[in-house]
Amino acid sequence: MSTMDSDYTSVISVRGLKKMYGDNAALRGVDLAIRRGEIFALLGPNGAGKTTFVEILEGFRRRDAGDVSVLGIDPDRQSMALKTRIGIVLQSTGVDRYLSVAETVSMYSSYYPHPRPVDEILGLVGLVAKRNERVLRLSGGQQRRLDVAIALAGDPDLLFLDEPTTGFDPSARREVWEVIKNLKTLGKTVLLTTHFMDEAQYLADRLAIIADGVIVAEGDPETLAGRDKMRASVRFTLPTGIVPPEQLGARTTTANAYEMKTLHVTTDVFELTAWARSVPVDLEDLRIDRPTLEDVYLELTSGVVSAPSEE
Amino acid sequence: MNSATILQNQIRYINKAFWRNPASAFFTFAFPLMFLVIFTSLLGHSKIAISPNHVVDISTYYVAAMAAYAVVSACYNNIAIGLAIQRDSGVLKRTRGTPIPTAIYISSRLLHAVFVSVILVAITAAYGRLFYHASIPTGSTLLKFLVMLVVGALAFCALGFAITVVIPNADAAPAVVNASILPLLFVSGIFIPLSSNAPSWLIWIAKIFPVYHFAWGMKAGFLGAPFDWMHVVVVAAWGLGALVVSFRFFSWEPRR
Repeated sequence: MSTMDSDYTSVISVRGLKKMYGDNAALRGVDLAIRRGEIFALLGPNGAGKTTFVEILEGFRRRDAGDVSVLGIDPDRQSMALKTRIGIVLQSTGVDRYLSVAETVSMYSSYYPHPRPVDEILGLVGLVAKRNERVLRLSGGQQRRLDVAIALAGDPDLLFLDEPTTGFDPSARREVWEVIKNLKTLGKTVLLTTHFMDEAQYLADRLAIIADGVIVAEGDPETLAGRDKMRASVRFTLPTGIVPPEQLGARTTTANAYEMKTLHVTTDVFELTAWARSVPVDLEDLRIDRPTLEDVYLELTSGVVSAPSEE
Repeated sequence: MNSATILQNQIRYINKAFWRNPASAFFTFAFPLMFLVIFTSLLGHSKIAISPNHVVDISTYYVAAMAAYAVVSACYNNIAIGLAIQRDSGVLKRTRGTPIPTAIYISSRLLHAVFVSVILVAITAAYGRLFYHASIPTGSTLLKFLVMLVVGALAFCALGFAITVVIPNADAAPAVVNASILPLLFVSGIFIPLSSNAPSWLIWIAKIFPVYHFAWGMKAGFLGAPFDWMHVVVVAAWGLGALVVSFRFFSWEPRR
């Protein structure tokens, strides 16, 4: 970390960012701040503006309006200065298939003023054993780790990962996740785009959901959009003819199945089970669900943006 | 890291990848040499009149023609197809996201293609000398020949960059490249010598394009025909035009 930028904590700060493609607004006023050392996930459906947003920050595209600062640099004005300090893993990436892993990383290292030693990078991404293997012989997960290695070549302060695991099988995804988790220990800031909830949940310190060119929610994965404060639902099934007491507030969903929404799970479940024992009756299929990140995401990106359902 | 070091490194890596890739090593390098052997073996012992009072061995003619073909293939075909593949697979876009200056990246490819061309021409000339006693340019002819060679190689590289503008994707690259260059190779006397009864309209068409002029410039070096600077000028003009098109329309990202 250079002393020049140690006096601010926002590595990326964006205000009122707009981008048009012809008559279509890809970004309609995005505000976002990303702090040093965090893994930040930008979630959103295809076409929401994720890639456009990231490519503006990387200096690949120019913005139409708004303020953008990446590591204290305006990507539209000083893209060369920016490029020496960021690492980019693009959605679809190719490298020359006939070079070896080590040759590839050394080649990219030679473009930077202060590269990180090649063997150190290969250690970070777990490709030491594949050092002298030609790129064309690597598996999908290994190629992706090589992409991360190339992005680390210049020892950047900030990494952009655009949908790093799209199209991967579960074990390859795990491989790549572990590498990304490791980046945090190096003190790197990571901006990750994804449309996988589990990826965001596993990797991100904070996340934002983008839909139709605007940020619709921002927070940490546990409390995003008031997820932790939303009412849990308690579901159970009763034998025919038995009805739960009215004060529990359970309503029928189908036939003999009931659901009660509650903010006070412990108390309400205690009351329910106490009643069941006194009858006595079996609460078949008793289960308690909290809204998942996916529920929140689907609700926010379906165009129905509703507040947490508290009274 | 200064620019010269980056350039030198970059050429080294391009060179490594070039020889390890069977497609580029074969089509760019072995192909022209194979044609040279086939043409000279089949037709090498007859004579051909390149002007009413200038008769040469056809083997010498083909040494010059295949040298020209080797340069066109190493520069135009190799760069156009290579770039189209790299553009589609995202190599170009990735490079765009790193601090390597565009001029250095482009020059490294260009210089590597010129380097391959020079080797090919040297092998072609040596082969011609060894097996067919073809004459090798010397003295001031050699100098003019080298000027034509380098100007031609650079111009065909620039044309290789420019043609990527109309190549929609990597799959279409070989088709577009061959469709644009093969007819010119045929009408410019590369594969078949242009005899005195070749239709004049065909010659006129050939004269519009750079392959004809480049071929004559190269032949002048080997056949003792008069060297016409006009050939160099036409080839250079095409190269400059291609450069302008490349600067204006070259795309670093896949064309969708």
